Amino acid sequence: MCGIVGLHLREPSLEPRLGELLTAMLGQVVERGPDSAGVAVYGDPRLSPPGRAVVSLLGVTPAEAEAALPGAVAVAADVTTVVHADLPVADLLAAVADALPHVTVIGSGTNMAVLKGTGNPVELADAFGLAAVTGWQGVGHTRMATESAVTPEGAHPFSVGPGQCLVHNGSFANHATIRRELRAQGVEFASENDSEVGARFVSHQLEQGADLEKALQLLCERFDGFYTLLVSTGDSFAVVRDAIACKPALVAETDAWVAMASEYRALDVLPGIENARIFEPEPEEVYVWRR
Amino acid sequence: MATLIDLVETPVRELNQALHTPGGADVWRILNPRGAHAVACGIREGLAVDIEGHVGYYCAGMNQRATVTVHGNAGTGVAENMMSGTVRVRGNASQSAGATGHGGLLAIDGDASARCGISMKGVDIVVGGDVGHMSAFMGQAGRLVVCGDAGDALGDSLYEARIYVRGSVKSLGADCVEKEMRDEHLAELAELLKAAERDEDPADFRRYGSARTLYHFKVDNLTAY
Repeated sequence: MCGIVGLHLREPSLEPRLGELLTAMLGQVVERGPDSAGVAVYGDPRLSPPGRAVVSLLGVTPAEAEAALPGAVAVAADVTTVVHADLPVADLLAAVADALPHVTVIGSGTNMAVLKGTGNPVELADAFGLAAVTGWQGVGHTRMATESAVTPEGAHPFSVGPGQCLVHNGSFANHATIRRELRAQGVEFASENDSEVGARFVSHQLEQGADLEKALQLLCERFDGFYTLLVSTGDSFAVVRDAIACKPALVAETDAWVAMASEYRALDVLPGIENARIFEPEPEEVYVWRR
Repeated sequence: MATLIDLVETPVRELNQALHTPGGADVWRILNPRGAHAVACGIREGLAVDIEGHVGYYCAGMNQRATVTVHGNAGTGVAENMMSGTVRVRGNASQSAGATGHGGLLAIDGDASARCGISMKGVDIVVGGDVGHMSAFMGQAGRLVVCGDAGDALGDSLYEARIYVRGSVKSLGADCVEKEMRDEHLAELAELLKAAERDEDPADFRRYGSARTLYHFKVDNLTAY
């Protein structure tokens, strides 16, 4: 199983409600993934103030992070610590690697924070303070683990490139082969999780110059297995499904927002859903919406 | 006068229990389904149930005798394993609509997605729009009527179900072939369209069925195993 929700706002007046809407959506897919959850939010001024580099970390408290990273501000969200600083993103990442070598980086970029944890997704959303979050885009995932352990690190989204996030419902069959190939090309991995391979693959393609459409088309060609993916970047929101398309997905679109979810009930909570265009993404067709 | 149930106030389990209890109302109207799963499942009597909105998975599953109408879209597996009666979806249906159905009529006014009528065992399914890939996969009996287009691998590994398509077929699955449309087929198609409240002309459809080459193991394929 696993549940996916995502919301890409077009109407700025809804931005103060991003976290509230994402929380309501997440609450509708708890049964699909009751063991852990995670979200990525784009544009919240408390978690990711404009112009500052942001890293999301596991395995460190805010006090430890601020002590180790002079000038940085750390915000607690359950077991995740979000750190922002007035530095280029690469410099903040280097400072983290240097001063806090034991921590796990679960997201980096500008304008984006990743929050992950284990346990009931509704309780986690509360612990994250998700309902109070604002911004223009958010993705969420509730996990029923099949391929690796139930840990905060194993929760989705997988964010391995600047501002990029991938959430996955399904399982990749040939992830070990692709992981080996990417390692041979110098890509580093943090876990044995199959979804991480998808995220690294997309990030690697983007780094090589592909646009998001092309990167996801290449993923369809290369990956075997079951997947419905929601992929977000600093300006985009994309959905793709495998050829068999047995993992569910629904997209709803209005002038005010684009939303994607595993099931309709997660879309029903959105304002204006009664007039939305609702459709199922076609197999192996890449859908991208840009800001 | 219909018995009104609002799913904002009443849990689905209570609704279904009420629909299963003998001697209850004959006519029901369900409000605010909001994508809930298993709405109006397992009915055994000839009730009339109108559901005002979109439903989630397995709506009207295992239906016997009842007429269940969804005034909205239906999620995965609408009318799965239905035995008799009529299930109508006024909007679109998600994957595996009418899966393993034994009898009765499933009428979908809009599109149905992948695997519509998978392993159908006698149910009749009439889809006003398109169907997705692998529809009628391993269909054993019954009729699938598609007024729009069919996706890839239509009728893959088909047994004896009959398929009628008005629009294009993206590709046929293993052992599914086009067959001659004879008078008896035009007659049964006309009946099915009428039962589904549709006015398409049976003469515009093509018929597909099993070539029956997969029924027995071919010794030529021995080296493949």
